[in-house]
Amino acid sequence: MSTPVLKLVAQRIAMGILLLLAVSVLIFAGTQILPGDVAQSILGQSATPQALENLRRDMGLNDPAYIRYLHWLGGILTGDLGTALSSGQDIASSLKGRLWNTLFLAFWAAIVSIPLAIGLGLLAVRYRNGFVDKLISGLGLASTSLPEFFTGYLLIYFVAVRLQWFPSVSTVYEGMPLGERLSAIALPVTVLTLVVLAHMMRMTRAAILNVMQSAYVETAELKGLSPLQIITRHAFPNAIAPIVNVVMLNLAFLVVGVVVVEVIFVYPGMGQYLVDHVAKRDVPVVQACGLIFAAVYVSLNIIADIVAIVSNPRLRHPK
Amino acid sequence: MSNELDYLSRRVALGKLSRRDFLGRAAALGVTTVFANSLLTSAALAEGPVKGGTLKAGMQGGASTDSLDPATWQSQVPYKFGRQWGEQLVEIQPDGTLQPKLAEEWGSSDDAKVWTFKIRKGVQFHDGKDMTPDDVVATMERHSDANSKSGALGVMGGISNVKKDGDTVVFTLKEANADLPFLMDDYHLMIQPNGGKDKPTAGIGTGPYKVVTDEPGVRHIGAKFENYWNGDKRGHAEQIEIIVINDATARTSALQSGQVHMINRVEPKIVDLVKRVPGVTIQNVAGKGHYVFIAHCNTAPFNNNDLRLALKYAMNREDMVQKILRGYGSVGNDFPINKAYPLFSDDIEQRAYDPDKAAFHFKKSGHDGPILLRTSDVAFPGAVDAAQLYQQSAAKAGITIEVKREPGDGYWSEVWNKQPFSESYWGGRPTQDQMYSTAYLSTADWNDTRFFNEKFDKMLITARGELDEAKRKSMYRDMSVIVRDEGGVIVPMFNDFIDATSAKVGGWVPDGNQEMSGGYALSRCWLNA
Repeated sequence: MSTPVLKLVAQRIAMGILLLLAVSVLIFAGTQILPGDVAQSILGQSATPQALENLRRDMGLNDPAYIRYLHWLGGILTGDLGTALSSGQDIASSLKGRLWNTLFLAFWAAIVSIPLAIGLGLLAVRYRNGFVDKLISGLGLASTSLPEFFTGYLLIYFVAVRLQWFPSVSTVYEGMPLGERLSAIALPVTVLTLVVLAHMMRMTRAAILNVMQSAYVETAELKGLSPLQIITRHAFPNAIAPIVNVVMLNLAFLVVGVVVVEVIFVYPGMGQYLVDHVAKRDVPVVQACGLIFAAVYVSLNIIADIVAIVSNPRLRHPK
Repeated sequence: MSNELDYLSRRVALGKLSRRDFLGRAAALGVTTVFANSLLTSAALAEGPVKGGTLKAGMQGGASTDSLDPATWQSQVPYKFGRQWGEQLVEIQPDGTLQPKLAEEWGSSDDAKVWTFKIRKGVQFHDGKDMTPDDVVATMERHSDANSKSGALGVMGGISNVKKDGDTVVFTLKEANADLPFLMDDYHLMIQPNGGKDKPTAGIGTGPYKVVTDEPGVRHIGAKFENYWNGDKRGHAEQIEIIVINDATARTSALQSGQVHMINRVEPKIVDLVKRVPGVTIQNVAGKGHYVFIAHCNTAPFNNNDLRLALKYAMNREDMVQKILRGYGSVGNDFPINKAYPLFSDDIEQRAYDPDKAAFHFKKSGHDGPILLRTSDVAFPGAVDAAQLYQQSAAKAGITIEVKREPGDGYWSEVWNKQPFSESYWGGRPTQDQMYSTAYLSTADWNDTRFFNEKFDKMLITARGELDEAKRKSMYRDMSVIVRDEGGVIVPMFNDFIDATSAKVGGWVPDGNQEMSGGYALSRCWLNA
């Protein structure tokens, strides 16, 4: 790999870090202007003024904001996310399990959906404007248009309640055998696949079709290559950048945007964890989750950028 | 056996359907009396404790912020799990009376200011230590510490001193309180080794199940405690599990697909659908919980009693019970007490919807213009619909209600107990004294109707120290009437607790003190063989 590419990549990563820092400021500022008060939220309707005052004092809610920000940032840089206000537990350790669960679900959803989406996209291009293409596009669009809670409930009703093939409650826990774990997440993975499939599939189709207009594809055709060979050897490699972009966007969605699916299937992931803590105004946890989500987004986008750079000869060998 | 018959025979076994009714229904289904009778016998025989198995509950009301520290409990899941691993000094029964638990017996001085509890012997904690009066004292100390964040701080406020005396623990009160033993049923007051002072979140108690797995917001598992002192009555399953399922549809389908054996909070609007699911029994019981519309008695225009009366007469209570609770509840009478409370007087005239009277009082109040009512989805299930129903019934009396829907986020900190007219709910308290002291005494922290009535306050304090039940009953009656006619609270309805169990669950006891059989479902029930 040549130096200009390395330089470009380094630039991207530096940008990413800078971006994360900016996000951390935003997250911190955002959590400060949330309505309500942490102490009140923790004690809820049953709070007495005395208990409220005690709690506020214990939490250091009376320090100025910038001091709390610097404390927080310093803690994160040293791997200490602090303790949850509401339960007093160490955030890093309780978050680890949740993050792992979220990544596990996202991983299997990606394993199923990405090859499926790209394969179907290629197939759609091969038979473009024919029956197969229309069928794939139609079904894909339909599954994306249905809200995920609806597909979720349908699957629960038919697959879990009626047929009893897979459980409707996807609670996974540490030490659960892999087979059971996979059976538990079968339904949420199916729902997530249906949600992200069409986007990636149609993007693949559009990107490849775009390339198919170019002169070198015509040349390949004149050389006598079969349509499938043209697509896989000439069109697809040149369409990788936009496809990777949309794949990364969907991967990011699978990590940060699945709270509805988590609630329906009772899956102990990050989304539910975040929502619980937002409701309790557990600011340290909300901040930690926000930063992790931001890091996931930023790094997946950096990866997409880097893949685009590396796969593009014009960027690899600038004049 | 048909599902219908199966269902009916189980209803008889639960005591919810008479034998005669059952035979009638069975005949209607085309079954001979002899066969129907044999069904009944087998259903009744099946109703004896069966040991073993894993009993699972799917419950709403848990979050990843929950903790095992009893001081922090306020939502359903940690508190219902707590009732399985921890125990209090006393236990309120389904009929409202008190039964000994970790205290064997108790009594008071003649002025009801000094209470003595004899502590049970031979009770072991999960860590193998014996429970002693010292642990009881330490528990009380932890929950009454001024720096404590305990939810029981309010309950403990009236106690000036707790100390050990041989086998007993003596409570000295600031003011007389005939209800003190009832206060000891509070779910925060789980007796723990050294009061839980060493490690509040250890989750060690004397209950029938010990904590095995505690994943807040996900699941909680308890395993049978071999040395439990009361094993004949409680703790039949080998293991219990609470799975947190906050989504109502997911909860119902988990019950339907057999992943859990019981669920809480079946929404009134789907009860009729759930009822038709084969094997599922709806367990509904009248409780003390009620929904309220609260007006601040010290804020214009609600500082005028005629206006408050107008608002009360403009409420169509029957309609609310039918449409908001779908019949799973009963009408309220503008005071927070119903027949589920001890010492309740049932001869207080029921206030009815009367647009003419409402219009009369509204005119007399001299107020002109719309009344702003704040509501939110979180105020109680169906709160926004209830506000709209109220808007319609009030309109017939010429009163314009303006409904403002507030975000659920922050409702309890920004709206309830802050804004002059809003909707809310109360879960009820074990005794009338507690309910009134919590929310209607002038000095109460949650006097959410800003009700300042000297006469009422005096009666409440006097009744608290009165050991003669007949006298107390008549005092409570007078107080109820004061709140009903002068207070700022409108109580349209008392809601039932609606839970559901699968065919595998035996031993369910209807208990209106709390949902899930008073909170004890997991240790009272067993899995049918």
